[in-house]
Amino acid sequence: MAKLTFSIGGIHPADSKRARDCKIETLPLPPKVYVSMFQHLGAMAKPVVAVGDHVKAGQMIAEPGGFISAYIHSPVSGTVTAIGPRKDLAGFNQMHVEIQVEGDEWAEGIDLGPELVTAIPEDRDFILDRIKMNGVVGLGGATFPTHVKLNPPPGKKADCLIINGAECEPFLTSDFRILLERTDEIVVGAAIMQKVLGGCPCVIGIEENKPEALAAVRASLQRLGYPGIRVETLKKRYPQGGEKQLIDAVMHRQVRSGGLPIDVGAVVQNVATSLAVYEAVQKNKPLVTNVLTVTGDVIDPARQHNYLFRIGMPLSFIAEYAGGVPEGTKKIVSGGPMMGKAIANMDAATVKGSSSILYLGAATQRHAATPCISCGRCADACPMGLEPFLLKKLYAASDVEGLEKNAAQDCIECGCCQYSCPAYVPLLDNIRMAKAQVMAVIRARNAKK
Amino acid sequence: MDKMIVSPSPHLHAKASTASIMRDVVIALSPAIIVSILFYGWSEILVLAVSAVSCVALEWLIARYLMKRPELFSGSSALVTGLLLAMNLPATTPWWIVIVGAIVAIGIAKMSFGGLGQNIFNPAITARVFLLISFPVQMTNWTAPKGFIGGIDAVSGATPLGIIKEGLKSGQTIPQVLAGNGMDVHMILRDIGGSAGEISALALLAGFIYLLVRKVVKPWIPLSILVTIAVVAAIFNGIDPEHFTSPNFNLMTGGVLLGALFMATDYVTSPMSNWGGVVFGVGIGLIVMMIRYFGSYPEGMSFAILIMNCFVPLINRAFHQKKYGRA
Repeated sequence: MAKLTFSIGGIHPADSKRARDCKIETLPLPPKVYVSMFQHLGAMAKPVVAVGDHVKAGQMIAEPGGFISAYIHSPVSGTVTAIGPRKDLAGFNQMHVEIQVEGDEWAEGIDLGPELVTAIPEDRDFILDRIKMNGVVGLGGATFPTHVKLNPPPGKKADCLIINGAECEPFLTSDFRILLERTDEIVVGAAIMQKVLGGCPCVIGIEENKPEALAAVRASLQRLGYPGIRVETLKKRYPQGGEKQLIDAVMHRQVRSGGLPIDVGAVVQNVATSLAVYEAVQKNKPLVTNVLTVTGDVIDPARQHNYLFRIGMPLSFIAEYAGGVPEGTKKIVSGGPMMGKAIANMDAATVKGSSSILYLGAATQRHAATPCISCGRCADACPMGLEPFLLKKLYAASDVEGLEKNAAQDCIECGCCQYSCPAYVPLLDNIRMAKAQVMAVIRARNAKK
Repeated sequence: MDKMIVSPSPHLHAKASTASIMRDVVIALSPAIIVSILFYGWSEILVLAVSAVSCVALEWLIARYLMKRPELFSGSSALVTGLLLAMNLPATTPWWIVIVGAIVAIGIAKMSFGGLGQNIFNPAITARVFLLISFPVQMTNWTAPKGFIGGIDAVSGATPLGIIKEGLKSGQTIPQVLAGNGMDVHMILRDIGGSAGEISALALLAGFIYLLVRKVVKPWIPLSILVTIAVVAAIFNGIDPEHFTSPNFNLMTGGVLLGALFMATDYVTSPMSNWGGVVFGVGIGLIVMMIRYFGSYPEGMSFAILIMNCFVPLINRAFHQKKYGRA
């Protein structure tokens, strides 16, 4: 069968999946965890516990602060020792709940057993409620609350559920590992979401550089028998796992500028989200664990790991457990090397969407920018069909009107332009700022209407 | 913990840099340079050396002392300009004319516009046209000096294009001109006069294929130039072969290959988009054939490229990328 891919732009960085053969290991518990109240897209969650309260693992400790928000649960059992601001990985203060770990006792009603539960509940609202009450958010990067995404507004209907197993970012292997080790659960999770969306077709998309994962999912589908779910091989190409790009690749439809995937009948969920949905619905287990990769280009291959972590663990705790910061590290990144965030504060805690601790060496250092030679590589690489060189010029000229006309607001910040620029021009740095200006203008105009 | 870098994504960069691209262009030019040195010997080496050294030195001097912005010295790109300029000059060009060319290329065409990336006109072509107009005698002295292999002893003469243009002007037909000069149209590699870079079509093509493989250039501009020339020549030659030269002849003579493969594909002075490149290439092809068939100059590649350079900003405005979700 033909391999699918998106139709505009894209780049081919070396995939560097150096930790692909490291089995998922469970981390020990740290003395304290720090649970951020801001680990999803939307409004901050509101703590419902007080200092001194005893909590069990899986117990709800914060409720949504708005329609687009999410429940947060304690990842450990212990005593709440503080509630207040603490620095996140970028160094910004966020509200955290600090819990001193005591034993490992889980809340009632959570099934921690390994047995696969394939019988999917009949009631759609029951499923959505479980997903919402267990704090499931999208784990592909944006951490958008999953129950909102699975509940399209009236008049909009899903034509296809896409399960995103592209993992197109170099180095990251957590999605690959769960596809191998938690295959059946991911497939059942997909079937649950498919049911919630009214039984639309479901496609699990996996890049060609993960043949073992493709085979595992195919075997699982055959074993479990879900005729409405199929696997598609995607070409290895960045940013294949971008939501808009994946919709283009799988459905040959493009989301209109400013629109939502559901406008073209698409719902995209990451494989890790599918696993979280399975655990939430079938096991009533809240989202308090996820898998992250410790890897990079300067780390000793033997010291790479894929870890099952609990949210709230300090990154420094995980890093130390894995053997400390490798020599030659110049930058530590949380997330992939193309879109991840450089870590300014290693004491920051993991969140639901944490996917890696990435140690990058001298190769990550920026070069001084030299003049643009009009080679056009940035425009060729842009998966949104933008002209980054032009946007940078317009931004320098403060031409906000021109920026909007040339679609600066469509930028998905994938980094392809800056990656490709032979003159080392910081294109995305400029476009990010340009985008913010255009978005402000658009918001002001919409507010007037 | 040591201090770590904190900067926005992306945290990776592709291997290609401006310097590596220019290095690839130098590698791509080297087969043609080697062939011309073999055919033209020491005088070709002198032209190449003087041109390359003076272009690099001039750019450094101008950036450092005139503009007082040493960071504008690009090095590798000045070297490419120097080599391309040399390949556009006869091997017999006196050293001081080469230096005048370097001053025009670097000083006027490039640095006065703001240096690398800012120039409107291809620097090497600008210099060639300047020299052609200012020193017509030396610039059209296409001789075949003694080279390192084979070759003829310094026979002085005009290029096939020049010979035919003169013959046609005097009322002869093409077959009469060729017969009168003891020539036939089967000329590919050698035994014809022509500027150093033009002598070996195969060497130029080999270099260009290297650039294609390395993804430094795309084929659209050269293809559209060559196809346009072939089509125009086929039409006119088909109608009146006695007065209009053949497609083969037009593709293999003059500066067509050097111009199409290495001059018109200059990033800075060519359109950004693929379709823009096609428009640019078709324009060059049409202008070359207009000059060759109806103009007073025997050759028009340099003029054609310069004229189309003027249209690049307009072409860039007309052709945009296909945007996602905005069809």
